[in-house]
Amino acid sequence: MNHLDSIIFWASSAVSIVATLFVILNKNPFSAVLYLILSLFGISMIFYTLGAPFLAALEIIVYAGAIMVLFLFVVQMLSPAGSPQTQPDLARPRLTQAIMPIVMALVLIIVLGLALMRAGTITTTDGTVVITAQRLGQVLFKKYYLGVELASLILLIGIVGGMHLGRAAAIAEETELDVAIR
Amino acid sequence: MPFAEPALIIAGILFLLGAIGVVVRRNLLFVLMSMEVMLNAAGLAFVAASAIHGQADGQVFFLFILPVAAAEVAIGLALAVLLYRKFNTLDLWSISDSAGE
Repeated sequence: MNHLDSIIFWASSAVSIVATLFVILNKNPFSAVLYLILSLFGISMIFYTLGAPFLAALEIIVYAGAIMVLFLFVVQMLSPAGSPQTQPDLARPRLTQAIMPIVMALVLIIVLGLALMRAGTITTTDGTVVITAQRLGQVLFKKYYLGVELASLILLIGIVGGMHLGRAAAIAEETELDVAIR
Repeated sequence: MPFAEPALIIAGILFLLGAIGVVVRRNLLFVLMSMEVMLNAAGLAFVAASAIHGQADGQVFFLFILPVAAAEVAIGLALAVLLYRKFNTLDLWSISDSAGE
């Protein structure tokens, strides 16, 4: 168990660091977002080995599933902005393009296996305290309830700011249209 | 516990990579992605500290990083779309050149 854990920890650390390197060295924003998702999967596996299974799930659901998808939407919307070729050339697939999806799938499968193995345990053999979602929720809503309110305020500010910026863009387009009509 | 201290070092490496990306890259999308990497590294450091002490507090702080990252990405990407509509590019250096005239 301990040996397996150390293999998983170092492998996932290597995956996340290499994927982050690819993010900052990449020319193509589309594949940079995909490498960032791979890096988040690696960090999620590190969370598992540190005894945070709930946060590992949140990392994949919220970060990789919601925030990175938002990034992908904007990259697709602004596709000529990043580089002339923002999508991989699907007509001529290369073997190197298959490496990343294979690594991602392997990482996900290992995360799933860890989740099934660790289900219901409180401490592991090496003394890592596994903090369950129940304990996390008790600390969150008893000790840090003010922080929960502040987090909701931040999300409200995000919503209002996003709506304001979108409205500014719509108004700018309308005035441009008026000028064009005149 | 045995992985908590190496995890802190890995969080430092990831934060450094994100900081390099913010400084070096010219495309606004890559700058925002590098900021995500930095936020994640900070969260990893919180979780590692939580594992060192065996307490849940550090993990609670990662839960607070999540809405901050979500709000930052929403507003940052809206600003990126506006910038692209105005300047027709996301290259920060050329935007700063043309805005500084």
